[in-house]
Amino acid sequence: MSTSRIDRRFVACAAEGRAALVTFVSAGDPDYDTSLAILEALPGAGADVIELGMPFSDPMAEGPPIQRSSQRALRAGQTMAKTLAMVRAFRAGDRDTPIVLMGYYNPIYSYGNEAFLADAAAAGVDGLIVVDLPPEADDELCIPAAKHGLNFIRLATPTTDDRRLPAVLANTSGFIYYVSILGITGTASPDTSKVAAAVARIKKHTTLPVAVGFGVKTAEQASAIGRTADGVVVGSALVNAIAASLDGDGRATASTVGAVTGLVGELARGARLARVAAAE
Amino acid sequence: MTAAAPNTFRAGPDERGFFGLFGGRFVAETLMPLILDLERAYEDAKKDPAFKAELEHLNTHYTGRPSPLYYAERLTEHLRKDAPAGKGAKVYFKRDELNHTGSHKINNCLGQILLARRMGKTRIIAETGAGQHGVATATVAARFGLPCEIYMGATDVERQAPNVFRMKLLGAELHPVTAGNGTLKDAMNEALRDWVTNVENTYYLIGTAAGPHPYPELVRDFQSVIGREAKEQMLAAEGRLPDTLVACIGGGSNAIGLFHPFLDDKDVAIVGVEAGGHGLDVENGHAASMNGGRPGVLHGNRTYLLQDDDGQILEGHSISAGLDYPGVGPEHSWLRDTGRVEYVPATDREALDAFQLLTRVEGIIPALEPAHALAEVVKRAPRMDRDRIILMNLCGRGDKDVFSVARHLGVSI
Ligand SMILES: Cc1ncc(COP(=O)(O)O)c(C=O)c1O
Repeated sequence: MSTSRIDRRFVACAAEGRAALVTFVSAGDPDYDTSLAILEALPGAGADVIELGMPFSDPMAEGPPIQRSSQRALRAGQTMAKTLAMVRAFRAGDRDTPIVLMGYYNPIYSYGNEAFLADAAAAGVDGLIVVDLPPEADDELCIPAAKHGLNFIRLATPTTDDRRLPAVLANTSGFIYYVSILGITGTASPDTSKVAAAVARIKKHTTLPVAVGFGVKTAEQASAIGRTADGVVVGSALVNAIAASLDGDGRATASTVGAVTGLVGELARGARLARVAAAE
Repeated sequence: MTAAAPNTFRAGPDERGFFGLFGGRFVAETLMPLILDLERAYEDAKKDPAFKAELEHLNTHYTGRPSPLYYAERLTEHLRKDAPAGKGAKVYFKRDELNHTGSHKINNCLGQILLARRMGKTRIIAETGAGQHGVATATVAARFGLPCEIYMGATDVERQAPNVFRMKLLGAELHPVTAGNGTLKDAMNEALRDWVTNVENTYYLIGTAAGPHPYPELVRDFQSVIGREAKEQMLAAEGRLPDTLVACIGGGSNAIGLFHPFLDDKDVAIVGVEAGGHGLDVENGHAASMNGGRPGVLHGNRTYLLQDDDGQILEGHSISAGLDYPGVGPEHSWLRDTGRVEYVPATDREALDAFQLLTRVEGIIPALEPAHALAEVVKRAPRMDRDRIILMNLCGRGDKDVFSVARHLGVSI
């Protein structure tokens, strides 16, 4: 298989001896223009891979921070068409940073699977994470996505045992996303020693990079997880930073973009420190 | 969108949990191994005579089954008064409102709690809309000595105060859900989030024939006792099957329970009644997913959903908290598309009128949910010949609704 932008980025980070920082924000949070400004500022702040949330009214696996972020975006009028337009606008100025769209199946199904895949690929999307499409549903979107050159990134969880892992990995490409806790985003923090064991277990089954997320909030956690994982995913902490920067009416302020890039900068330093610390 | 009629309507779902296009297992990976475990546990239980015997014993001695089949003579006469000559079908009720806890929900809860115990689960969670499923779940949890937590939309907590107190008396811990509009869909999201977080010890006792496979199948199977009894009772009473079945549709569990044993009886017409709210032409003003929605994926299954053009789920509206759900069980979506079952709406107003009519004419206070089914009976029976039989599932009693009905009628009590 030809290498994708995602493959190349993980290889490059590995060559620098560090974990990739994967950042999540919801498209259109708190509004389209601010969200695009955040997106465009992320690579410079230290994000290696961008996960862009496709807002959904009923995000089943998300805790309150991302639920609220999704709601802010929807209230500001975000739609799937606008999310794809945002990627197109970003791609015009950045040819190298991978973008992974993350969300739930219904808005995609409503857009039309084939139309979505074609439009996403044309916009410059590199991969998809669709929380409610397990491997049992691979013929819905995962296999068609490959035909459009889009990676399909699957979540593995603490309940995904060795018997099930091969099925989860079978049609996964780009990277594998290890959900470090039993639960929803933005709640508990992972136990780093358990995460290390889980990453090692997954690596016995695949050569794909393993990124770890759910509950990573601080540079210290990013550093600890980056010691063993190929990528560290941060989401709730970033959308909380957006929320904290808004004015009383929930509108963006002059500090909104900086609130996100500032935190991303700290997290990136954490992720970069990881291997240095590990080597000592 | 009518698919070719199959040889039997009773064979579904397939091994992947689909009824044609509908159903399936659209869940996060964390839940997937659990759903597969549940499927295995249910397959085992189905083959185990001891499981069946225990459930039957509880149905008889705890719930009070079989529920009576009742010929509503006064209602029949009342509807004949304004009917054309020779018209006015005989109206029968399957009286599941007489069950312990006041609705059909207990049928499903007993089956599932036996399954939870078989699987070694030590904690029960559930979502509830009207509170009937919450009460039934809290009841069986008390009966089996298992801790129980119920998710209920904050709006519903307000409009169903008597059931909220009942759940607490029964020892359940109640979590009001403020996300979204604070109704059933939001409660279901929170229950799923709890389950993802506590998969190891927790059993999610879903209250309707929806959700990921195998829930639609197992809930249907536990509720099918309604239709099996009704068939036998009708043969005993009239020496033949009814001509028409009518039931209300929230997620569709009472309806599929009545309908399923009759699906291959070609001469039996089957009608499901959705919540028409303020009317189908009022945007987001109803909860009729099959009459006013389109197929989508939510809460683990593909089914008809109320949604906007961008695939965002709408809240829907109904006077009845138990029908106020933007989706419907996947088997109903399939029965709709195959044309086997006809689905029609009844408005809030029609349900309120039917509620009052039954109370005065038969001395039975129905829940607002089956009052929707009754609204359709009121329209349909006078158009049918006198020798025809219409059987309605009177799936719940109205004690829980008297406060909100008073409010709608402008009475303060
Ligand atoms: C009495 C009664 N009937 C019907 C329903 C709707 O559910 P279903 O369509 O699953 O029977 C409810 C739900 O709370 C209910 O309480």
